[in-house]
Amino acid sequence: MTNAWTDIKNTDLVIVMGGNAAEAHPCGFKWVTEAKATRGARLIVVDPRFTRTASVADYYAPIRPGTDIAFLMGVIRWCIENDKVQWDYVRHYTNAAFLVKEGYGWSEGLFNGYDADKRAYDMSDWEYQIGDDGFALVDPTLQDPRCVWNLLKAHVDVYTPEFVERVTGTPRDRFLHICEAIGECSAPDKVMTSMYALGWTQHAKGAQNIRGMAMLQLILGNIGMRGGGVNALRGHSNIQGLTDLGLMSNLIPGYLSIPRDSEVDFKTYMSTKGNAPLRPGQTSYWQNYRKFMVSFQKAMWGDAATAGNDWAYHYLPKLDVPTYDILRMFDMMARGEVNLYFCQGFNPMLSFPNRAKVTRALSRLKLLVVMDPLQTETAAFWQDHGIYNDVDPASIQTEVIELPTTCFAEDEGATINSGRWLQWHWAGATPPGQARPDTWIMGNLFQRLRELYRTEGGVFPDPIVNLSWDYKDPHEPSAEELAKEMNGRALADLYDPKDPGKLLVPAGAQLSGFGLLRDDGTTMSGCWIFTGSWTQDGNMMARRDNSDPGDAGTFPNWSFSWPANRRILYNRASADLSGKPWDPDRKLIEWDGQQWTGYDVPDIAVTARPEEVMPFIMTNEGTGRLFVRKLMVDGPFPTHMEPFESPVANPLNPKLLGNPAARIFEEDLKQLGTSDAFPFVATSYRLTEHFHFWTKHNRINAALQPEFFVEISEELAAEKGIARGGRVRVWSNRGEVWAKAVVTKRIRPLTCDGKTVHIVGIPLHWGFTGAARKGFGPNSLTPFVGDANIQTPEFKAFLVNIEPAEGEAVS
Amino acid sequence: MTTDPSLDSPRTAVSNPPVQPMKANLGPGDVIRASAMPDLPPPERELTPVAKLIDVSKCIGCKACQAACAEWNDTEPEIGYNTGVYENPHDLTPEMFTLMRFSEYENPESGEFEWLIRKDGCMHCADPGCLKACPAPGAIVQYTNGIVDFIHENCIGCGYCITGCPFNIPRVSKTDHRSYKCTLCSDRVAVGQGPACAKACPTQAIVFGTKEDMLTHAEARVEDLKSRGYDKAGIYDPQGVGGAHVFYVLHHADQPALYSGLPEDPQISPVVRGWKGVTKTIGLAAIGAAAVGSVLHGLLARANKVSQQDEHEAEELVDHGIPRAGTERV
Repeated sequence: MTNAWTDIKNTDLVIVMGGNAAEAHPCGFKWVTEAKATRGARLIVVDPRFTRTASVADYYAPIRPGTDIAFLMGVIRWCIENDKVQWDYVRHYTNAAFLVKEGYGWSEGLFNGYDADKRAYDMSDWEYQIGDDGFALVDPTLQDPRCVWNLLKAHVDVYTPEFVERVTGTPRDRFLHICEAIGECSAPDKVMTSMYALGWTQHAKGAQNIRGMAMLQLILGNIGMRGGGVNALRGHSNIQGLTDLGLMSNLIPGYLSIPRDSEVDFKTYMSTKGNAPLRPGQTSYWQNYRKFMVSFQKAMWGDAATAGNDWAYHYLPKLDVPTYDILRMFDMMARGEVNLYFCQGFNPMLSFPNRAKVTRALSRLKLLVVMDPLQTETAAFWQDHGIYNDVDPASIQTEVIELPTTCFAEDEGATINSGRWLQWHWAGATPPGQARPDTWIMGNLFQRLRELYRTEGGVFPDPIVNLSWDYKDPHEPSAEELAKEMNGRALADLYDPKDPGKLLVPAGAQLSGFGLLRDDGTTMSGCWIFTGSWTQDGNMMARRDNSDPGDAGTFPNWSFSWPANRRILYNRASADLSGKPWDPDRKLIEWDGQQWTGYDVPDIAVTARPEEVMPFIMTNEGTGRLFVRKLMVDGPFPTHMEPFESPVANPLNPKLLGNPAARIFEEDLKQLGTSDAFPFVATSYRLTEHFHFWTKHNRINAALQPEFFVEISEELAAEKGIARGGRVRVWSNRGEVWAKAVVTKRIRPLTCDGKTVHIVGIPLHWGFTGAARKGFGPNSLTPFVGDANIQTPEFKAFLVNIEPAEGEAVS
Repeated sequence: MTTDPSLDSPRTAVSNPPVQPMKANLGPGDVIRASAMPDLPPPERELTPVAKLIDVSKCIGCKACQAACAEWNDTEPEIGYNTGVYENPHDLTPEMFTLMRFSEYENPESGEFEWLIRKDGCMHCADPGCLKACPAPGAIVQYTNGIVDFIHENCIGCGYCITGCPFNIPRVSKTDHRSYKCTLCSDRVAVGQGPACAKACPTQAIVFGTKEDMLTHAEARVEDLKSRGYDKAGIYDPQGVGGAHVFYVLHHADQPALYSGLPEDPQISPVVRGWKGVTKTIGLAAIGAAAVGSVLHGLLARANKVSQQDEHEAEELVDHGIPRAGTERV
């Protein structure tokens, strides 16, 4: 989230698209209810199904799964055409005025530089024109045909209301009604918030869906505003923490990069991370990358990381491919290239696409270790459960070890919510049986491994042997110790660079902010964005002061919000060029002539003069990006792309398959289905009664939603002869499931490109372990392909067929 | 809302309960009516009437109220089947005192589709048909704050309460042959807390407080709905049963039946009104008039009793963080 859950109370208009907040985030959704009840805010829902969120919305429009880009580009086109643009914001706070290289272009659904064989673009022309002074050229009058604004206007020109209706199936009058409601929020005192979740991410162009909304919010001037922003509703209670701590194959904590194998030394690695500003006087805060990186290396390897050895850069693993994401790992596993899989707090048998492939992959492992509080389908993948898990245990040689862990309520630590709040919690119960905290298991494993490396050596034992492990009980680092380490501390006395006689932080003291980090080895921090969470004053994450100055919704003394306890990112943009709030009733910070003050930690240097330093301090431009240069592999603007499995061809270019820049493995390409055999569009989702695959183990949750079902329209039910509550078989080119049929008016057939498109809704909570009735997940059916940029699987739009099924299942 | 700390009822289920232990304030002296006991002594005091307001326009149908109800009342709703709808269980049961009911409605006036979700359960009528119909002395009582409670030890499982209820709420257990329904968490309310469902409701669609406060709140909600185009929004507080201590805000107050058959004008069945005098006599004859007072006293005095063993175990848990040896986790 750019903003916070509590901030949603400040909005005028909530648009829920690509998510179902009431269903999947019922507790956070209370802030929508609050905005509606106390401010008269309106709620609009755009979703393939009439959801629980839609049930309390002021307006609803259906949309075909996987066509959100066309909808959003259509809204942008409408806003430009009808002058619903926050012009002062767009001119000064976005890159609208920046001039783009002549080579950049788009035609027939593709940007310039496409190589069909590589399924990749040559992105070198997706850049600004650079002047002799080294800065990007701009045209503040927005007249130059190569300025971003004019390129954007040309880019969205195709997305007329007629085109939007043809692609998305959203009736034109509904689309236009929503455009008008959104357009009102271009006024400086009207604000819209976007709440989205996996309905946008789980597509082969998921990141571009979200960019579409980010661009719209920039055009409306709603980024940095109270009640505005682009707000990702994270799917697990601590998934924000997962990404913050870099639990991605290509990241290290704080969104730093794992080196590529081409980055042979620290100098080469850093050469692409200079982040020089693209306009004079801009902050470009990533210029401090080296400080974060060196402090991270010091946290990892302590005294073994020195200036002389490039801060132990050679200890870091180097990637030979862009990422070892879950799709790549399971593809390798299926080909017998993986021996041991350590599965910690994950249930790939229900979470990863194409379950048949997942089973095949796990069956080729030598050893599978599952750490989980519950008995998962993954740990039991080798068991024969009839149709629910039809395997031959005798043919599977994988050894499986289950290590029971504590659950969140049985241990101490911080979880990070969608609003980036690190909220400390305390153990509420004693773990059962032999369950142990994950840290205990990892600590014990590490002690044994390091001993083996110490005694037996190996090819390269140094990174293991020299790993910093300075905990009171080396077998179980405490939550406090780990949190303090992530925050960071001074390794030497730190003096003020401007006043060398002034001691800022004595050696050994916890750091109060990442501005204190150094690149000379005198500071350490395991995750720079968390600096300030555990200071000399104690555990900031444990704060529980619910006062809210100015009723601004920032609650600054409740827990700790990264970065720097800032509650709303880009909050400098809530004020105009001179530093006055666009809307006095929505003041966050303002320039008092000397410095920035207000209800939130300013997202700019406190003395940075308003007309000189632009609000988007993390970008090289100082502005928000309408045109994203070459930072995304599938284009600098979002362009409509069909799902990999689609009932209609891409009207921009019928030859294109899915996202043309997304990776797909050969075997999985062959397993894609087409609409002649699989005429119906399926989409997957959660239900309020359950949380993923956990709560089916709980009797009460199981009673509230006991059995796997799929949802279809009355029209499709009539066409196929399916009765409400009857049993159906649903199959794709990769697998089949049996389910009960919920026949409903909440799903309606859509008309897209002249064709009737039926939608099959498939919730995801059932498996073959737990208290609920045995069932299936949508992943038995879904394609093994992910987002072009971050490889999130395409779970939200794929093709299936459906028919009535006789009799009851035998398990 | 009223914030007078000396008031005898909790203000809201959202605020945290009192930190200091509170003496249960629903005792025999707070009973104003009891089934088949016409000669009940007058209550010792008049408590402020309480009410639970269910605002269907804020309800997202998440069933947190159902989960909280089962947790608090320690019931075990059956793990059933999907029958093609979202309701689970499929009806109120002796193990499930409240139920989200879902109905799909195509509004002919607006042309819009609506998914109307209503939390069903006991309305705690001011004039309770169940109590009127019940022949077992002291099996159903009404407190001066309006809560209608079933005293299961006195229940004979005849099911007349179901016949007497204009909302078809109570359910008789096939296991212990006693009738069950929502208690409005009388055991929580007695010690200054709101009902479990209201506490759990994430959107405050369920709120709890004095009836007066709830009516004020409901009126403001109706105004908001009217500003959103629901011209017929209103309060459902049926006067045919004397008003209720659970009541609704509806978008279509003129058509309560849209909400899974909420009765238009609920009344106690004339049959029940007719037979109550007879059954009362039968009941009294069966039990002996002299025993009435002790029945009532004995049944209400049991509430919220903590055994010495319970107390000791709780202390051990707090002091040492571990259950006592021999206490198995289940």
